[in-house]
Amino acid sequence: MKILVCISHVPDTTTKIQFAADGKSLNKTGVKFVINPYDEFGLSRAIGFREEGKKVTITVLSVGGPEVEPTLRKALAIGANDAVRINGAPTDAHFVASQIASYAREREFSVLFFGKESIDYNGSTVPGMVAEMLDMPLIPSATKMDLTGDESATFKREVDGGLEVIETSLPVVVSCQKGIAEWRIPNMRGIMRARKKPLSVVSPVDVSPMVVSVGFSKPAAKGGCQYFEVDDTEQLANTLIEKGLI
Amino acid sequence: MAVLLFAENSQGVFKKAVFEAATYGYDLAQKLGTELYAVSVGQVNDEELAGLGAYGVSKVYKVSNSSLNSFGNTAYAAAVSSVAKSIGADVVVMTQSYNGRAVAPRVAVKLEAAPLSGVIKLVDPSNGYVTEKMAFSGKGVETLKPNTNKLVITVKVNGYKIEENATSASIEAYDFKPSSSSLDTIAKEIIKASEGISLTEADSVVSAGRGMKGPKEWGIIEELASLIGAATACSKPVADMHWRPHHEHVGQTGIQIAPNLYIAIGISGAIQHLAGVSSSKHIVVINKDSEAPFFKIADYGVVGDLFVVVPKLIEAIKKYKG
Repeated sequence: MKILVCISHVPDTTTKIQFAADGKSLNKTGVKFVINPYDEFGLSRAIGFREEGKKVTITVLSVGGPEVEPTLRKALAIGANDAVRINGAPTDAHFVASQIASYAREREFSVLFFGKESIDYNGSTVPGMVAEMLDMPLIPSATKMDLTGDESATFKREVDGGLEVIETSLPVVVSCQKGIAEWRIPNMRGIMRARKKPLSVVSPVDVSPMVVSVGFSKPAAKGGCQYFEVDDTEQLANTLIEKGLI
Repeated sequence: MAVLLFAENSQGVFKKAVFEAATYGYDLAQKLGTELYAVSVGQVNDEELAGLGAYGVSKVYKVSNSSLNSFGNTAYAAAVSSVAKSIGADVVVMTQSYNGRAVAPRVAVKLEAAPLSGVIKLVDPSNGYVTEKMAFSGKGVETLKPNTNKLVITVKVNGYKIEENATSASIEAYDFKPSSSSLDTIAKEIIKASEGISLTEADSVVSAGRGMKGPKEWGIIEELASLIGAATACSKPVADMHWRPHHEHVGQTGIQIAPNLYIAIGISGAIQHLAGVSSSKHIVVINKDSEAPFFKIADYGVVGDLFVVVPKLIEAIKKYKG
């Protein structure tokens, strides 16, 4: 069974986000980049299938310039078999989804893993677009996945106010939420082997972006914190009541 | 040129987030000099459908084919796209709920429209439909400009102010039969998290962290929450230690929320936690450590022992509520 794990190269969750002086991009100075945490859940789940005795080959894919290769190597160190970098700037969801769909179309992957969103642009749009382009079912925000033979799978997915138990045939696009698997730390042997695993660079298909990122700003600064003494907790309650908050 | 709202129902009723998306759609339709129509898929009674008029919908297209009784993103997206094409809608609006996140990208592909996801501001037709959304998990605001005026917009939950007026919408049955290949998932059952208030939609959230010292003391958190009609939440360490269930975990890797009021009790405010809650409109922080980073984004703060402060707060609110 062939599995494709699509990963984004994003600033580490602890990054203090700063924007370039012109406000057009992220200031990358000193920023550590990692595999998007939600995407990494998909990689972990795929490796889990292998450990359960399923015969799987895992390809990791990222759309981006040479700067994403260390992130792909980390995915190889964790346990993917090979890596693909589609050599184009990931400008918007339409561009990225078109690249992934084009790569996956003739390659007969049974499962396409994504994260439920990337922690940089938070669009949560790419998995659904890929599913539509490839005419596949989409399991959004999956918190559990089990293969039932080679043809189908069962899932739990997050819905408002609970979880839905859902079943579908393969191939399938899955967007991963916490719960589907635990993150893994690569060991030294994995890191050594990753250096020799294949990482191929593929040219992008010609697609124009549909949405342009004009720029960034910091969220409006708060007016500062109004403090209350412990003995004045009642005043806090009164303030919240006056403001209509409770 | 019309604007079409996908009015997603939850067991036959519309929730607040749908009204936010409806108000957004209506405001946009006004700017474009056109009407706001809605499409409802599944079993919703006519009274509920007509009620969408209060948020600016002039007509609801009702798709009630029995094979669409339970949600499936492929078939629902096909139904929404079919209505959009038949009425010539260039803009489709919906809420960025769990289901909206799955339907919108499919509709965008079908209509060859630009997806604008999680927007917090009305698109500006006089300026190339420029709009804004949160980025970097609440640490930034991104300005976006689509290259087309065909749009599929999801509105961030709690991200747009609802306006109501007293009109009702007309209803028209829309005949749509999903293809068998679009019925590609089988929903077996729904496991309810609890009878409590849904975290993502809650107006107020009371959240607690490691400062609670253990799972046994949560009574005061639940009491405060039920007193003010809030949902309860917790920080990641608390969920990891199984003091509270995982579905209550808010933060970067948990649920991201933007309630009107967020009360953080015994949570220091690690950057990953703040990423999930910093869009909250009013933040109250109760923590014994005056250096806790959470105070930097708080509107109101008490530096003190939560086991003293929270009971006092409960007492004061009870006094007011009589």
